[in-house]
This record gives sequence, C-alpha cells and structure tokens, in this order.
Amino acid sequence: MIAYVANTLPFLWEGLLVTLAVSGLVVAISLVTGILCGIGLVYGPLWVRLPIRIYSDILRGTPLLVLIFLIIYGLPIISIDFGNYGSAVIALAAFKTAHVAEIARGAIQSIHYGQTDAGKAIGLTFPQRLHYVILPQAVRRFLPPWINAVADAVKGSALVSLAGIVDLTLAVQQVIGRTYDPLPMYLLGAFMYFAINYSLSLTSRRLEARFAYIRE
Amino acid sequence: MDYHFNFNFVWRYADKLYWGLLLSLEIAFVSILIGMVIGLGLALAYTGGGRLVRTAIAAYVEFIRNVPLLLLVYLVFYGIPSAGGFAYDAQTSFVATLALYSGAYLVEVFRAGLDAIPKGLIDAGKSIGLTPWQRFLYVRMPMMFRIVLPSLSNVYVSLFKDTSLAYVIAVPELTYGANWIKTNTFRVIEVWLVVWPMYLVTCFVLLQALRQLEKRFSLVRR
Repeated sequence: MIAYVANTLPFLWEGLLVTLAVSGLVVAISLVTGILCGIGLVYGPLWVRLPIRIYSDILRGTPLLVLIFLIIYGLPIISIDFGNYGSAVIALAAFKTAHVAEIARGAIQSIHYGQTDAGKAIGLTFPQRLHYVILPQAVRRFLPPWINAVADAVKGSALVSLAGIVDLTLAVQQVIGRTYDPLPMYLLGAFMYFAINYSLSLTSRRLEARFAYIRE
Repeated sequence: MDYHFNFNFVWRYADKLYWGLLLSLEIAFVSILIGMVIGLGLALAYTGGGRLVRTAIAAYVEFIRNVPLLLLVYLVFYGIPSAGGFAYDAQTSFVATLALYSGAYLVEVFRAGLDAIPKGLIDAGKSIGLTPWQRFLYVRMPMMFRIVLPSLSNVYVSLFKDTSLAYVIAVPELTYGANWIKTNTFRVIEVWLVVWPMYLVTCFVLLQALRQLEKRFSLVRR
C-alpha cells in the first residue's frame, strides 16, 4: 500500500505542479484585470461601468465548465488558437476577473466617502487620492475575500482536467486507470488539494482577524 | 472567419437540452432540500454540542469546502462504491454529492442565521411561557429562515450552475445533453452557443424570482 502510494507520488507531483501553474497564472492575470475592472465599476463613467457590469453578471451566471468548453471550441472559430492549455487559462482567468472585480468594488466602496472628500480638500488629484488615501485602506478589506477567491481558483483549476490537461485531478484519474483502485488515490488527491486550500483559508481568516479593527 | 454556422442539428435534438435543463433544476432542488436538512441538523448540533461534536462538524465542513467539487463527484461515484462493494446509479450519486457539498456551506449559513436572531425575541418567548421546543418551532426557526433566505437563494443558483459537473458521470442534464449533441453531430460551437444562454437566462430568471420571494418574507418590509 505504502509502496503503491510512493510509486505514484512523482507522477502526482507533476500533476500538482500543473495545477499550481494554472492557478498561479489565473490568479496573477485576474488580479490585474479584476482590480482594473473594480476601479472602473466604482469611478468609471457610464460607458465604462455598463460594459463591466454586463461582463461581470454574464460571467458569474455561466457555469465555469460551460465557459471552458465555449472558449476552447469557440476561439479557434474566429481564428484564435491558444491550444488547450492557453484557452483553459483564459477561460478561468476571465471567470475569476469577474469575481475579483466585485471584491475590489466592494472593498473600495466600503471606504467612507469622507476620505475622498478629505483628499479633495487638500488638493490631491484622482490618481493621488487612489494611491495615498483609498487603496491603502481598501487593500485590508480586499485581501481576506481575495485569498478565498485564490482558493476557489485552485479548486476551479480541477476542471481543466476535462479539457485533457494533466493536472492533479487528471493525474489521479490516470493512476486509477492503471491500478483500478480508486478510493486511496482520490483521497490522496483530495488531501493534496485540501492542504493547499486549507492553508489559504487559514491565512484569509488570520488576516481578517488582524484587520478587524478597521470596522466602524 | 470561414466557418459556416449550422444550428439545424441543435434544434433537431433540442429535446435533449430541454429535458436536461429541467433535470438540472430538479437535481439542484432535491440536493438543496437534503443539504438544508444536513446543514440545519449540524448547525443545531454545533451550537448545542460539545467539543468533540464541534470538531467533527468543522472537519466535515473544511474538507468539503477545500476540495474541488469535481474530485468529490469522482470520490462518491467511483471511490466509495469500490471500497464498499456496492453500487448506486449516477444520478443518486450526484445528488448525494451535491447534498453533502451544499450541506457544508449551509451549516455556516444556518449557524450565522441562528446567531443573528435578536436575543430579546427569545426572552420574549420565555416570558410568555413557551417551552424550549415551542420557542424553537415558533420563534427561532421562522426568524432564522427569514434571515438566511438571501443566502439560500444564492446557494441554490450556484448549485444549479454546479449541476453542469454531473456530465462527467453521465447524468443526462443540460451539459450532458450538449455533449451528446456535440459528439453525435460535430456542431460543436453551435451547441455551446445555445446552451450558454440557456444557463444564463435560467440563472437570471431564478435569481429575480428568488429576490421577489425574499422581499415577500424579509424581516423589514420595504
């Protein structure tokens, strides 16, 4: 039993690396695009706000699996082909962008309007107000839910196995395809995901407790 | 773009999508009902139970919340029967998975709801001589359900989206129907372009309907 698990570990390790690479890419892309969209949602004029609002509502109303298939099969139709891996990352990142945008919007809007007024009163321009007044405060409210969103991204990355990318989930499946002994392998895979996500959610909780003092 | 769209094949097999959508809604509904029983039972056990009970419930909640749903689906459908030497059909297995999954989220929802009941109301119940059981039935439960209603509708809509995973174990819901048409007609993108709005519209209609329900039952009448 132990020898069997030890035998499969190097293979699962490679799957785990793919899972981490996919989630890392998705998190990095969606962090940038999501925050930009979030700022657009709060401060943008109507022609900026409206498309982002529609985008975010549509993406959040679509099952992630359907979105992945739609992008993998849909992009080549308009002569854009990033391959399976690229398309899956784009799908996950597009999905996560909508969530990060909402988290950023909530964090920015939770900062009292008086802070903006005070910034205006001492003559700060809009970028200065964002940089020195709003964002440093908003980041404390952004971090805890964002780390939960990171854990969600790791969980969501399991779906790329259905697009034929050998991540941790598909690696587990492939081992089972040879050994015909599903339970121990699924539990091992579940434990590996659990280890990553549980440490993330613990970090999130700790940060939330640390930043609790800013609640009015 | 030199691709010629042809939706005829999708329309020909539209009944697969129609029945698939209904099955998706049904699976989500049955799952959330069972999940609510699990969630409520565990939430009450958590508030009233000792340390061992609390640890066990926390372990269940953390395990479910930190493992991808896809892996849970595989675990319940392939893993558990292989060890136990029994089998169940795919749909039962998926409903069980989704019920366990939503149960873990609903424990937290119900716990927060129980905590949010104003203490004065329970005191008022005591002062007019209601027994603990009566207070539970007539004061705490109605209050809690009104408080958690918005969270319940969010969980329901998100479960409806999660039913798309049932296709991996061949439950004939909407995504499975889409895949069936895809593999049999090769009109790949057309199928997804039809199924995508079906999910979207259903989600929006559901959410609007549930928001109306929330307004009807909310604690503060607007």
